[in-house]
Amino acid sequence: MTEYVIEPQNKFSLGIKELWHYRELFYFFTWRDVKVKYKQAALGILWAILQPLVMMVMFTIIFSKALNVSSDGIPYPVFAISGLLIWNVFSNGLLNSANSMITNANIIKKIYFPRLIIPMSSILTALVDFFFALIIYAAVLIYYQQGISILKLFIYLPLSILITIVTTFGLGTFLSALNVKFRDFQYLLPFMIQFLLFANPVLYSAKAFTNPWINAIMKANPIASAIQLCRSIFTGQVVDWTAVATGSVVAVLLLLAGVYTFRKTESYFADLA
Amino acid sequence: MKPILEVRHITKQFKIGAQQERYLSLRDALANPFKKKEGQNHNTFLALDDVSFDVYPGESIGIIGRNGAGKSTLLKILSRITPPTRGKIIGRGRIASLLEVGTGFHPELTGRENIFMNGSILGMRKFEIDKHFDAIVNFSGIEKFLDTPLKRYSSGMQLRLAFAVAAFLEPEILIIDEVLAVGDAEFQKKCLGKMDEVSKSGRTVLFVSHDLSAVSTLTKKSVFLDKGKLIQFGNTPAIIQAYSSNLTQTNIHLQEVVSESPCVTKVEMITSEGGTLQGNEKPLAIHFEIQLPYDQEGMALSIQIFNHLNQPVTYNWYFDEGASLKRRKGVHQLSINFENLKLYQGNYFVRVHLAETITKTKFQQFDCCPFEIVMIDKKAPEWGWQNNVCQYIEKGEWVA
Repeated sequence: MTEYVIEPQNKFSLGIKELWHYRELFYFFTWRDVKVKYKQAALGILWAILQPLVMMVMFTIIFSKALNVSSDGIPYPVFAISGLLIWNVFSNGLLNSANSMITNANIIKKIYFPRLIIPMSSILTALVDFFFALIIYAAVLIYYQQGISILKLFIYLPLSILITIVTTFGLGTFLSALNVKFRDFQYLLPFMIQFLLFANPVLYSAKAFTNPWINAIMKANPIASAIQLCRSIFTGQVVDWTAVATGSVVAVLLLLAGVYTFRKTESYFADLA
Repeated sequence: MKPILEVRHITKQFKIGAQQERYLSLRDALANPFKKKEGQNHNTFLALDDVSFDVYPGESIGIIGRNGAGKSTLLKILSRITPPTRGKIIGRGRIASLLEVGTGFHPELTGRENIFMNGSILGMRKFEIDKHFDAIVNFSGIEKFLDTPLKRYSSGMQLRLAFAVAAFLEPEILIIDEVLAVGDAEFQKKCLGKMDEVSKSGRTVLFVSHDLSAVSTLTKKSVFLDKGKLIQFGNTPAIIQAYSSNLTQTNIHLQEVVSESPCVTKVEMITSEGGTLQGNEKPLAIHFEIQLPYDQEGMALSIQIFNHLNQPVTYNWYFDEGASLKRRKGVHQLSINFENLKLYQGNYFVRVHLAETITKTKFQQFDCCPFEIVMIDKKAPEWGWQNNVCQYIEKGEWVA
């Protein structure tokens, strides 16, 4: 029989063992969120495909046709979709996870399970949308007849998504913990995401900047690194591995900071939420 | 044998005025980043104050106390929703709590989907849910609506489904809070049976309820909490007695005088356990104060005891004829004593009739003095004291 102790929380631990014990909950939370999200929509899961498609078309019209933004020598739709793939995982994941503790407050107040599962699985929900968006991605690649190296595709794409998820998870858990205490984040977040869309090279090439300071920031920015890595599958440009490495380190640091903040405050969520 | 739960000096402190503090605004935090935490100077309030007790495997423990006694806080700490401020609990088995059944139910999901969702939130593994799925559906009685979204269910159906999932959790320790307050009689019976089965199968049940009959039916030992302190921990009948003697309320009914005709102005019920609590086969007394504005002959007072279904169960009367019912103008006292009231557990009330037999005029009729019968100090049958089994227990001799 397992023995456990309930006492005032002051130690810090990741609680991996416990997370593993409750692993099925990841699946059930993600599955519920996906189901509920599309259940009442007439087009259902098609929205997961339509959204990135519409965004891609819109950005192509505005940035490529009207503003003539450089796209590193590849057709702008290909350029845009490879940025949007990463961006959507990040922005949807961040938005979902930051609000997740509040939307699930009624469960948190009633039942115990490792709280980390909630922000984590809300990011997995965003990842489900990513897999549907891959359909658009594939379609665009075929339409524009992009010759690509399969090896690059199967290494760079997963790697860039991994960096994105780690970053999103770090920021998401951090914000979800803060959100329980300060509801201000609920209102701040949409602005933040809008700002980040323009601060990250989603719609334009990172090479547009010549200022060394901005370039340094871009290198440390894990999302910019992930987008750059994802795009280099087509552009044929040499991957800036130092950017990928620094981006990854920053992503991991964000993850540790986020999880630490979350674990420090999680036991009082039920009192606060 | 080691206790399955060792509760040691559990204390939970809340700040008074925490309500305003809850949704801290960021502005405040930014404006006063260096402001000292006022934690220590704050007015604090102890929801639980140094509570300790042991629970052994297979025991069923009732937790009783008034509102605000700390029952819910204790359950929240036990089910790890909120941590204690001081003290610790050592647990040696899986705890499942029914703090609120149906947690995690989503209105857009179907019954089938909600069974899986709810089950896994409650800590069941998928294979366990698969294994019990048919039994859960059976127990809840919602077969026909399995693939209908939950939002189309009646609240009774939702509750049945929720309880059905929880009933198949198979934890070593089951925490139940007030679930019996809802649902129809038949379903309540089902639930009581299931809980009994759980405790008989050697698992531990912690049961919180205002329904003292249910507590005395389901538990052998109880914890009595008052204002966060553990007042007493021991055998349930003794605890119930301690609890009810702690209740200061008395069952007095004052009837407003509305007319110039004879009337009952006061009814006072003295129960065996104090307050509104009456033990089965224990003495009960009811005092009446009758006001006669003029001399009146042939007065009659009668009372009926009604059960919770509004059915009359007993009838007692007192006529002037032969025995004078104080015919003179003035205020008079009259009492009735039941030496051992045989009524079975449940909720009852008294209906009072005041009339005059010569011209057959009825002066008054009103309901008063609701009370509850509990089966304390009585040996329960093998299946416990179930609700609505009978109206009263008549002594009989078995011959085999």
